[in-house]
Amino acid sequence: MSELKQIFKRGLLLIASTLFSIPAFAVREYNLPEPASTITREIYDLHMLTATVATIIMIIVTGIIVYALIKFRKSTGYQADQNFNHTWFGRWSWALVPAIVLGIDFSVAGSAVKTLGNIESHDPAAVTVKVTGSQWKWTYDYMEDGVKIVSNLNKDIPSTDDLYLRDVDNRLVLPINQRIRFLHTATDVLHAWWVPAIAYKKDSIPGYINETWTMIDKEGVYRGQCAENCGTGHAYMPIVVEAMSEANYAEWMNEQKLAMVAAVAESSADKTWPLAELMERGEKLYNTNCAGCHMPTGTGLPGVFPALKGSAVALGDLAKHNEVVLKGVAGTAMAAWASQLNDLELAAIITYERNAWGNDTGDAVQPADIKAAR
Amino acid sequence: MSEATIHDDHHDHHDHKPTGIGRWLFSTNHKDIGTMYLIFALVMLFLGGASAMVLRMELFMPGIQIVDPDTYNNLLTNHALIMVFGMVMPAGAGMANWMIPMMIGAPDMALPRLNNLSFWLLPMAGTMLILSMVVSYFPGTGTPVNTGWTLYPPLSVQSGMGMDFLIFTIHILGISSILAAINIVTTIVNMRAPGMTWFKLPLFVWSWLFTGLLLIMIMPVLAGGVTMLLFDRHFGTSFFDAAGGGDPVLFQHLFWFFGHPEVYVLLLPSIGVLGLIIPTFSRKPLFAYKPLVWFMAALTALGMVVWAHHQYTIGMSLNATTYFMIGTILISIPVGMMLMSFIFTMWRGAMTFETPMLFGIAIILMFSFAGVTGVMLAVVPADLQYHDSYFVVAHFHYALIPGSVFGLYAAVFYWLPKWTGHMYNETHGKIFFWWTTLSFNLTFFPQHFSGLAGMPRRIVDYSPQFADFNYLSSVGGMLFGLSHLLFLYIIIKTVKGGEKAPANPWEGSMIGTTGLEWTLSSPPPFHSFSTPPSVK
Repeated sequence: MSELKQIFKRGLLLIASTLFSIPAFAVREYNLPEPASTITREIYDLHMLTATVATIIMIIVTGIIVYALIKFRKSTGYQADQNFNHTWFGRWSWALVPAIVLGIDFSVAGSAVKTLGNIESHDPAAVTVKVTGSQWKWTYDYMEDGVKIVSNLNKDIPSTDDLYLRDVDNRLVLPINQRIRFLHTATDVLHAWWVPAIAYKKDSIPGYINETWTMIDKEGVYRGQCAENCGTGHAYMPIVVEAMSEANYAEWMNEQKLAMVAAVAESSADKTWPLAELMERGEKLYNTNCAGCHMPTGTGLPGVFPALKGSAVALGDLAKHNEVVLKGVAGTAMAAWASQLNDLELAAIITYERNAWGNDTGDAVQPADIKAAR
Repeated sequence: MSEATIHDDHHDHHDHKPTGIGRWLFSTNHKDIGTMYLIFALVMLFLGGASAMVLRMELFMPGIQIVDPDTYNNLLTNHALIMVFGMVMPAGAGMANWMIPMMIGAPDMALPRLNNLSFWLLPMAGTMLILSMVVSYFPGTGTPVNTGWTLYPPLSVQSGMGMDFLIFTIHILGISSILAAINIVTTIVNMRAPGMTWFKLPLFVWSWLFTGLLLIMIMPVLAGGVTMLLFDRHFGTSFFDAAGGGDPVLFQHLFWFFGHPEVYVLLLPSIGVLGLIIPTFSRKPLFAYKPLVWFMAALTALGMVVWAHHQYTIGMSLNATTYFMIGTILISIPVGMMLMSFIFTMWRGAMTFETPMLFGIAIILMFSFAGVTGVMLAVVPADLQYHDSYFVVAHFHYALIPGSVFGLYAAVFYWLPKWTGHMYNETHGKIFFWWTTLSFNLTFFPQHFSGLAGMPRRIVDYSPQFADFNYLSSVGGMLFGLSHLLFLYIIIKTVKGGEKAPANPWEGSMIGTTGLEWTLSSPPPFHSFSTPPSVK
């Protein structure tokens, strides 16, 4: 018995020490992040208004209940007032209380309707970015400049770091003080692009184009992540936006265009690529684009994602392999990559898949092969 | 032989129970079927709770702890479906079965054989539901069901065989609920004792009338929606596939046309229970009974036409969003009226604080809180930030746990003496109340903040910036889960024995209501009222 008591005491101590260690936690974020754009600031103010109204209502309700609990107890000899329901309040409360609630409702709805109008305004924008969600990455198309950014999770951050699951390889770069229009869509399942400080969310839906807008007014890096369940990798779709001055943005955009031209030139250059070079590029590209499902070791996820190591496709006919990668497999999570990567990149990936992890076909797939297979 | 016949006739109206397994398998007795419903719900409570505890263990700290992402979302989906369809709805139906015939002075339910069918469909559906979770761990069955209980396509079209099990589970559950609802509505309309006029009905009976009507209206829509999903998956249709001219959002409309009224299906029976418990322990008639009934009707009607507030982010027209916003905010009126009615029943009453009353008071407070966060969520611009974040998770757990689950617990303590003939141990009841209520708040209150800070729902892993609140939530979740072992202990102990309960164990239970159920012995005879009681 005394042993049991000891265990019980120790258990209590453990729970108490756990609970008392709470104040030692540095609670950094407990509200919507500080807004950095005009529209999210308006939403933030609305949120603070409704939160304040909610708090006041809760204080009043709690106050009334606590007063009743103290005052109207049988143990203090209080006699129930059986006629209370027949007082004027008992007769008219059914009209009085709804009227008060209605008043609160309309004061809240009134300011909401105004903000809603602003959210749904379609003024011309300086920059239009098409945001495409796919399992499990974001693709950004700058519609005016023809530049495309593919943004994947940065997998090199340990789970103790603040940026764990909140960092990407390629950021979306935007100018400040300009109206930016986002067009949201998806290639496979539903996603939702959400960066609380600068952009409210609307769903990315295959077959739909949804529109949101923002005007960022502070330079900085803003983070968010996919908010609509999109399957296995839902937790691994972060979003990073870097907002910079208009001049820096213009410079950055120029660099992107130059890099794009260089990549196209490299890909279509009349050159036979040696196996080793393709493997080197292929490994990097594979780990960014394919390893999420097929795993870095090529083993896939049994029953869910097929293995490439020793697979019939990776060891078999090259034309079939090309077709699967370029066109995807209908009804599965395998995407069509034809529009997402250039000839050289695809050639490198396919070469890698056919030669890594003991898949020793010796094939060095050339960009020209991919071009022909498109 | 003839003597035996006479003997039988003579005792026909007394406790003449069938024996053995046949008593349960072929039962047409409303109390036996009610008991089976309640036991089924209790089993499901522990299954759903266990899966929730695995989820909270996984979220204890950043990084993958015990389950992979698909298993996490599989458990998440099943936690919701088990709790909604396996726990709350059967528990509500079990209480309706037990109490409604006794409250309205009827001998039994109107359609006793239908009653048997609607219960016995449930264990089948429950088995299928569990299979839907387990089957994907066999080779060749595809991805687990990782969609969440909303089953949104196209993700649900990608899922493996588990989804097909789930679709058929929903069909069977739907049939069961519709049959039960038809039975309950028919009983209330046709089986009332002479003199039991509409506005003498206890609030619990009213609440089940509206619940039953809602179920009959909404379940077919869900069944239709998931059938279309089944066709998209296997028969080459493209109802929800944009590439084939379909619309993924159509499923969301069908789902929430069912899903929002479903919230009231879960909620209303518990509101009805509060309408009995608060007056009993305040020793004062229910305040504003008639308006409350009318506002409940208004809530039922309004609840049918605000579904799209679950989908503000799909890109509806400005007019549609504005309509759904205002409609949703207006729901605060009937709900506010209900809470007001309970608060002013306590006002100038002579309160005592037995376990059911403690739950009642806690429900009023915590459900009010769910109400005000509900208004915050109804405001579209703000919802474009809150949507699909943990703020929503916190809100609906505050609505559904106090609003419906705690209401059921209160009812269990309130009616255990009537059901079993034994008083439960009041000290144990109070310990359970404080344990479960405090740990519930520790679990879900912090989630409002992690949601505002930007943590989305349905993620298996998160950034360390959300770690503090998740840590609290997980500690709370473990304590909350464990508290239910005490609940189980109290129930078993009370069923097995304990202080003998009088016919009417609560001092105030007859004030302001006909209280027919309290005129019967505890436990009541096998057939409730064989001759109609007189109603004053």
